[in-house]
Amino acid sequence: MTATGPLLQMEGISKAFPGVRALEEASLTVGRGEVHAVMGQNGAGKSTLIKILTGAYRRDAGTVTLDGEAVDFHSPQQAQAGGVSTIYQEVNLVGFRSVAENIFLGREPRRLGLIDRRRMHAEGRRLLERLGVEADVSRPLGSINVALQQMVAIARAISFESRLVVMDEPTSSLDEAEVATLFGVIRQLKADGVSVIFVSHRLDEVYAICDRVTIMRDGRTVDDCAVADISRLELVARMLGKDLAEVRRSGVTGFTDATHHAERRLLEARGLRGAGRTLQHADVAVRAGEIVGLAGLLGSGRTELARAIFGADPVEAGELEVDGRPVRFGSPADAIRAGIGLAPEDRKTEGIVPEMSVRENLTLALLPAISRYGVVDRRRQQEVVDRFIRRLDIKTTGPDQKIRELSGGNQQKVLLARWLCLDPRLLLLDEPTRGIDVGAKGEIQALINELADNGLGVLMISSELEELVEGSDRVVVLRDGRTVAELPHAAITEDAIMAAMAESPAAGDNERDGG
Amino acid sequence: MARASETAAVGSPGRARAWPRDVRDLGQTYGAAAALALLVLYNAVFTDRFLTTDSIYVNLTQVAPIVIVAMGMTVVIATGGIDLSVGSLMAIAGALAPLIFLSDLPFGVALAFVVPVLVTGAFGLFNGVLITRFGFQPIIATLVLFIAGRGIAQVLTNGELQPFRNPAFQYIGLGRVLGIPFQVLLMLAIFAVVAWTVRTTRFGRQVLAIGGNEAAARLAGVPVNRVKLAVYGISGLLAGVAGLIVIAINSSSDANQVGLNVELAAIAAVAVGGTPLTGGRATVVGTLIGALILQLLRFTLLSHGVPDAVALVVQAAIIVGAVFLQRQRQT
Amino acid sequence: MATTSAPARSVTRARLAGLVQGQGALIALALLVLFGALRYDNFLSPYNVTSFLANNAKFGLIALGMTFVIMTGGIDLSVGAVAALASVVAAMVSEYGLVAGIAVPVLVGVVIGLVNGSLVAWGRLQPFIVTLAMLLAARGLALTVAGNQSVAVDFESGFTALGTTTLLTLAAPIWIFGAAYLLGVLVLGRTPFSRHVLAIGDNEETARLMGLRVERVKLLVYALSGGLAGMAGVLLAAQYGAGQPAEGVGWELTAIAAVVVGGTLLTGGLGSVVGTLWGVLLLGLIFNVLNFENGRGVISLSPYWQSIVLGGFLLVVVLLQNRLAVRQT
Repeated sequence: MTATGPLLQMEGISKAFPGVRALEEASLTVGRGEVHAVMGQNGAGKSTLIKILTGAYRRDAGTVTLDGEAVDFHSPQQAQAGGVSTIYQEVNLVGFRSVAENIFLGREPRRLGLIDRRRMHAEGRRLLERLGVEADVSRPLGSINVALQQMVAIARAISFESRLVVMDEPTSSLDEAEVATLFGVIRQLKADGVSVIFVSHRLDEVYAICDRVTIMRDGRTVDDCAVADISRLELVARMLGKDLAEVRRSGVTGFTDATHHAERRLLEARGLRGAGRTLQHADVAVRAGEIVGLAGLLGSGRTELARAIFGADPVEAGELEVDGRPVRFGSPADAIRAGIGLAPEDRKTEGIVPEMSVRENLTLALLPAISRYGVVDRRRQQEVVDRFIRRLDIKTTGPDQKIRELSGGNQQKVLLARWLCLDPRLLLLDEPTRGIDVGAKGEIQALINELADNGLGVLMISSELEELVEGSDRVVVLRDGRTVAELPHAAITEDAIMAAMAESPAAGDNERDGG
Repeated sequence: MARASETAAVGSPGRARAWPRDVRDLGQTYGAAAALALLVLYNAVFTDRFLTTDSIYVNLTQVAPIVIVAMGMTVVIATGGIDLSVGSLMAIAGALAPLIFLSDLPFGVALAFVVPVLVTGAFGLFNGVLITRFGFQPIIATLVLFIAGRGIAQVLTNGELQPFRNPAFQYIGLGRVLGIPFQVLLMLAIFAVVAWTVRTTRFGRQVLAIGGNEAAARLAGVPVNRVKLAVYGISGLLAGVAGLIVIAINSSSDANQVGLNVELAAIAAVAVGGTPLTGGRATVVGTLIGALILQLLRFTLLSHGVPDAVALVVQAAIIVGAVFLQRQRQT
Repeated sequence: MATTSAPARSVTRARLAGLVQGQGALIALALLVLFGALRYDNFLSPYNVTSFLANNAKFGLIALGMTFVIMTGGIDLSVGAVAALASVVAAMVSEYGLVAGIAVPVLVGVVIGLVNGSLVAWGRLQPFIVTLAMLLAARGLALTVAGNQSVAVDFESGFTALGTTTLLTLAAPIWIFGAAYLLGVLVLGRTPFSRHVLAIGDNEETARLMGLRVERVKLLVYALSGGLAGMAGVLLAAQYGAGQPAEGVGWELTAIAAVVVGGTLLTGGLGSVVGTLWGVLLLGLIFNVLNFENGRGVISLSPYWQSIVLGGFLLVVVLLQNRLAVRQT
C-alpha cells in the first residue's frame, strides 16, 4: 500500500445494460484527502460509475484501484469493508430502529454477547457531536427530521473509518445552515486524510467545497480538472456537450424563454393545510396557458400541496377554487373529472403499474371513457395508444411491451400521456424530469412548453433550478409547508429562488417531525 | 437497473390486439397445461378405466367446488389480497340451505339457492369493509370469519348432520344435462365469466391495476375501495355456490366438514396455476389448470394405492416447484 | 436505488400504536381475569390456573416462534402440522428416554424450519406459499409415519416425566413456557440478532445495503419457529400420552392472532414478545371463561359458540388497535 499516488483510480470502465451502453471507458481519479465532485446530467453515467465503485453493480471492463491495490467489490458490504462508505440521497436507514441502533447496525458494541446499550449510545452521541449535531440517540430514526437522518447516515459512514466516503446528492434535503454543517464535516474528513466523492448537480456547492471535478457525458468522462480552473458556464457547457456560446444563448433546458400569455384563472388554492404535519398554509394560483414553478427543499410540502389539490390527500383547512368556483375533491377521480391530472414524483411507487403493458398504463385513467357497458373498447384504446406513442415519440417495441422494460424517460412519457389523453385543463407535474436521460429530458421540457402554449395550465414541481428558471412564468416558493414567496417572471433567478427556499428556520427546530 | 429497449419501434397501427399481454404471457400456463396433459396421459395408460365418462365425471365433480371457490380467490389475490374465509362461508351456505327448503316457506327451493348465496356474499362484503374501511390486512380480516364462520354454521345446525332428500335442490349437485353433471357445467360457466371479466372489462383491468400498484391506481382515478369491496363480495358469493353444490352431492349438510381446507386448496390451485400471490397479474385459465392438476395428482396417487397422507407431501412438492418456476421466469 | 424506510409520521404512529396494542392486550387480559375471578368460583384456584397454563404452554411456544418470523415480515403457516409431526416423533422415540424424546422432535422441527428458511431466503419464494406447502407436507409426513392413528408414548420410559413432574407444584410445561418467554424477552431486548431481525422486517433492501446477512437471519428465525413448534409437539405428546398426527389444525392461525393482538406488526419491523404472551393468555382465557360460563348452567353456550366468540374478539381487538393507531397521529 503506497502512501503516495491517488487514493482511487478507476480506468476504462465500461458497463452495458440490455439496450443501453451506460458507461464507455469511463474513468475517475481521486487523490488523498481530496474532495472530488462528479457531475453530469441524468443519464450521463455518474450514478452507474458510483454504483460500480460501491459494489452495487459489476463492471463489464476496466480496473478499479484503491490505494494501490486492485479491488473488485461484489456487494455494498464488501465495499464498506474495503474502506468505501456511501451516503445516498434517500436516507438508507431503518425507520423503526433508534438512531444509535442505525449507526451501529451490524456492528453493535457487545458485552457478553448482548448489546452494550450504554456504550452504543455514548459512542453514537460522540459521533454525532463530531458532526456538530445533538440528538436523542434512543429515539426511533423515523421520528426525527430528514436532515438529521442524513446526519445519522453520515455518522454511520464515518464510524466505519473509511478511506473514501461517497456522497450522492447529500444536500437535497438540507437548508442553508445544515449544508454549512455538512461542509464542516467534509472539511474535517479532509483534514483527517479521508477523501470524499461529492456527486451533485448543484454548482454553487461544488464550487464551495470541492477541489476537483470530473465531468461525465453520455457514459464517458469528458473532463477532469481542478474546480478553480473551470468557469461555471464552461462546466455546464461540457456537461451538455454544447458550445459555450450556445449555452449562453439558449439556456440549458428544453424550455424556450417565451413568456406564456396567461389568461383566465384555472386554479386558486388559499391557505391549504393537510392532515399531516407537512403542509401548513400554502397558496398557489395557476392560469390557463401558464407554467407555475413550485420550488422548495425536500420536505417543504410541494408534493403534499399537489396531492392535496388533486384530492389524493385529505385537506383540513383552506379553500380551493377551479374556474372561480369552490370545489372539494374527495378523491383523485373527482379531480380528474374536473380536468386535472397529477404526474407523481416517484414513478416506480406511484406511477407505473409495472406488470402491465404500455397500452394499459397509458389508458388507465381513460378506462371509464373508453368502456361501453363495462367492457373496454379495444379499438378506441388502440387508437388512443397509437396516437400518443407517435405524438410523444415513445420508444417501445410495441404497445404490449411491459412498461417496466422501458427507460425512465419513456416511462415518464407514458405517464404524461395517461393525462394528456384525457385532454386536461390543468396538469400538476411533480419532478417531471427526474431520473431521465438527457435526450428525453429535453423532449419532455419542450413538450410541457408546447402544452402551455396551447392553453394548458401547468404547476411544475422541480428541484432543478435551471428548469424553474428557464421554464416558469412564475415561481412559488414553499418553506416548512407555507408559501413564503412568489416570484414574477422578471424576478426569477437561481439566487432568488435559493434565497427564498433555504433560509434557515429558527434555532432549535431539529427535532420537529417532518417528512 | 435500466432495461431499456431503445429501438424506435412504434405500436402497430390499426389492428387491435385481441388479448392483453398478461394473457398472452402464458409461459407458466403452457407449462402447467403440459403437466396436466402428462397426468392425463399417464392415467389413460396406467389407470384402469380412467378414460370412462364415469371416472372423468367423478374427478370433475370433486374438483368443481374447489374451482368455483378458486375463481373468486384468483380475483382476490389479483388485488394483492387473500380470502381465508371461503371454507367457513361454504359451511354457512351449506347450513342455511336445508333450513330453508326443509321449512314451510313458499318457494323454498328457490330461496334455498338464493338466500345462502346472498348471505355469504354479504359476509364477503363484510370482509371487504374491514379491509377498505377499517384498515385490516386481508389475512387478518378474513381470518375473523375463518374462525367465526364455521362456528356460525355449527350453531345454526347445532353441529348436527342434516340429511335430506330434495331432488329439486339437489339438481345443483346431482343433476345432469346431456349426461354431464350440472355442477361441471356451472363450474365452466363461472370460469368463463370470470376469465372474460378479468380480460375484457374495465373492472377486471382495474383489479389488476390495484394489485400491480395500488397507489398508482388510486392516483389514476381507479375507485380502489369499491373494486376491493366487489372482489371480496364475489369471493363470498362463489363460496356460497360451492357450499350448496357440496351439500347437494352429499345429500346432507355437516357444518363440521363442509369446506374444510378448501381455502388452502384454492390458494394452492391459484399458485400452481401461475398467478402470483403478490397480485397484479392473474391467469384464470391457470387456476383452472392448477386445480385440475392437484385433483388429478391426488386421484392418480390414490388409484395406485398411495396413501392420502403421502399424496399430501407430493402436493406440497408440486406447489413449491410451481412457485419456484414462476419465480425463475420473473427474473 | 433503495427506498427510504417509513416516513416520520407513520413511524411515530406505528410505535405508539404498538405500545397501545401491547398494553391494550394486557389491560384486556387483566379485565378478563377480574371478570372471571368475580364471576366464577374456582376461577383463581390453583388447579384452574396451573392447568390453564400447562395447556396453553404449547400454543405459547408456537406463538413465540411466530413472533420472530413475523418481525422479519414473514409468516409460518406450517407450525401446527410440525407440532403434530413432532408429537408423533416424540412418541416413537420416547422409549429411548426423556432426552431423546425432546431432542429428536425438536431437531425435526428445526430441520423443517431450515427448509422453510432456505426456500424463503435463498429461493426467494414467498413465506406464505412456502409454509403453506410445508403445512401439507408435514401433515402428510405425520400421518404417514404414524400410520394414520395416534401413537402411544412408551409409558415405561423417562419421557412420561414430562407430564408428571412438578417443581414447586408447577408442572414441567409451565416451566418450559415461562423459560421460553423469559429467554424470548431477553433475546428481543438485548441481542444484536433481534435488532437485525427487526431491521430486516422494517426494510429488507436497506438492511441488506447496511451490510446485514439477511439470508442467514431469515434462516435462523424459521429454524427457531420450527424448533419451538417441535417442542410444542413434545408437550402435546406428553399431555395426551400419545403422538397425535391429526392435531394442530389451525394452531398457526390462532398464533398469528395472538401475535397481532399483542402488538407485533404483521408487516414486520416492530414486535413485542411480552405482547404475544398477553395475546396467548388472552385468547386461551376466552375459552377458559366460556367453559366456566357453560358450567354455571345459566346460559348454555354450545362449544360451537367458542369460535364465534374468538373470531368476534379478534375483530374487536384489531378494530380498536387500528382506530387507536389512527387517532395517535
